[in-house]
Amino acid sequence: MRALRLVLRSLLPFLVGLPILWLLQGGLSEAWAIILMSAGVNVILAVSLNVVNGFTGQFSIGHAGFMAVGAYTAAKITMAARDVQIVGLPPGASDALIFLLALLAGMLLAGLAGLLVGMPSLRLRGDYLAIVTLGFNEIIRVIIENTAFLGQATGISGLPRRTTFVWVGMGAIATVAMARRLAGSTHGRALLAIREDEVAAEAMGVDTTGYKVRAFVISSAFAGLAGGLLVHLIQLCTPRTFTFVKSIEVVVMVVLGGLGSVTGSLVAALVLSLALEGLRELQEYRMVMYSLLLIVLMLTRPSGIFGTREIWDWLPRLRPGRREGAPP
Amino acid sequence: MTEFFQHLVNGLSVGTIYALIALGYTMVYGVLKLINFAHGDVYMVGAFSGFYLAHALGVEQRPTAGKAFVVFVGSMIVCGALGVIIERFAYRPLRQRPRLTALITAIGVSFLLEYGFQLPSFGLTALPFPPGPTPRFFPQPFERISWAIGGVELSNYDVVSLLVAFGFMLGLQLVVYRTRFGTAMRAVSFDAQVAGLMGINVNRVIAGTFALGSVLAAVAALLVAGSRPSIDPIMGLMPGLKAFVAAVFGGIGNVPGAMVGGLVLGLAEEYVAGYWLSSYRDAIAFAILIVVLLVRPEGLFGRTRAEKV
Repeated sequence: MRALRLVLRSLLPFLVGLPILWLLQGGLSEAWAIILMSAGVNVILAVSLNVVNGFTGQFSIGHAGFMAVGAYTAAKITMAARDVQIVGLPPGASDALIFLLALLAGMLLAGLAGLLVGMPSLRLRGDYLAIVTLGFNEIIRVIIENTAFLGQATGISGLPRRTTFVWVGMGAIATVAMARRLAGSTHGRALLAIREDEVAAEAMGVDTTGYKVRAFVISSAFAGLAGGLLVHLIQLCTPRTFTFVKSIEVVVMVVLGGLGSVTGSLVAALVLSLALEGLRELQEYRMVMYSLLLIVLMLTRPSGIFGTREIWDWLPRLRPGRREGAPP
Repeated sequence: MTEFFQHLVNGLSVGTIYALIALGYTMVYGVLKLINFAHGDVYMVGAFSGFYLAHALGVEQRPTAGKAFVVFVGSMIVCGALGVIIERFAYRPLRQRPRLTALITAIGVSFLLEYGFQLPSFGLTALPFPPGPTPRFFPQPFERISWAIGGVELSNYDVVSLLVAFGFMLGLQLVVYRTRFGTAMRAVSFDAQVAGLMGINVNRVIAGTFALGSVLAAVAALLVAGSRPSIDPIMGLMPGLKAFVAAVFGGIGNVPGAMVGGLVLGLAEEYVAGYWLSSYRDAIAFAILIVVLLVRPEGLFGRTRAEKV
């Protein structure tokens, strides 16, 4: 009985989200759906990056590199399985299943890439990670541009349009649920301890490197998910989509929302994506505005909008990990 | 064998550039424990200030040694000033805050320079400023003369840039180990608080360190722009990253280490790319970084310092 309740509780966000997303999808115009979908992809990116940059207090600036790994993996799989029809399923369901598997494979490979990058650099203090991830981002681009299998600089075009509003919405829900439950778990507590004082955490017996690497792998995997969703939305997979302009965009979202606040990342990702949509003519000034925003934020309000607070701190019933009888 | 020596020449000329940039990283890291992300972009600004100065003086029409000297010194001054300004307004207010805050600001400054220089021109000057994203051609300060010694191609640019680079490195060595300022810098790097108590003006030493590092970046930029004359606003990104790798390889915070690291990195890149993986040139530095971090994270000459609680 208790096990069933727990399972239901973890599935609840998805069960509630699915019909709502479904209804919204029917009611939205095409233009709005696309804007909201790209905003949703940004939400996935920002919330997942927050696990490393916010919870753990490390600093990754190469999220787009992991996105690229996930995107190319998923794109390759859906392109290979374009005409495959799983026996015994209607065409729609078969496509959806293949897409789901492609996304999962993308997450897996992106997570592996995260392991490769994180293992050497996370043994040391946080600032090495920044340089290594920035380098990794560039290297991934170089590798893609030199590999014929991945379409070099022109990339992979003509991808089937698989991403729908429901897919992005479910991805975003999964990411937020992951971050929220992670923050309340033993693992999350260890990450917060590392952020507050790495030496003290280690003295308390926290396996700092292990926890940091695991957080980094989780974060990279979700970046891979965002990449897979994005390329099946724009139906094109080129290295230009995953330059470090994208990485910095995500960093700005996380910093603006508040390092360590899931709510903050979510709100900042939505606000920035929608604001950018409104300020199309200012495209050239975008990166300059981002960098000024970073500097000014750090000088005046380094905690961002939300600091480390969460919306569920104000709504105590939603607080994760709260048990009856436990002190509040 | 000819090929071997040709790679040696190329590797040395690239390596000295990395070494000059790496010195800036390593000195700033020594005094502030901050990876100055914007350092690669100070290098870019050095190339562009040389470009504007050269055009103002008409180097393209009538190159003379005097003009080349003015361009050289002028952009060194511009970069030194830029380094001091960045330190004063972006890093100094954050010195007491968590290290992450300063790191994020450094990333912000770096992108501000890179993308600020890519903005459309204001239209106030004859030459467009900001220059915009298209590469520009750096005018040649003097005529290029190439010699072929036993099949190895060598130009007067290579010779001049090797001499200048080694001259500046020697000069820096003297400044760091033989002058009052250098002693103060090493003291601040050892323990800033105690150095302050001993009557050293820590702020001035840190500003001086930034100026010194930025001047060396300007030197590197001009040496590169002289021999490979295409410059653009993101030209500092890759050399900056690689110079950082060189600094880590030599032991970050260690001045001779950065020089050795830069030369080794330049040679390694040239030989690996020349004999084996030509299209992955940019990935080599990255692979070296990962190996260094795994095997000897304190670098070649670095010492492991126990972290005090």
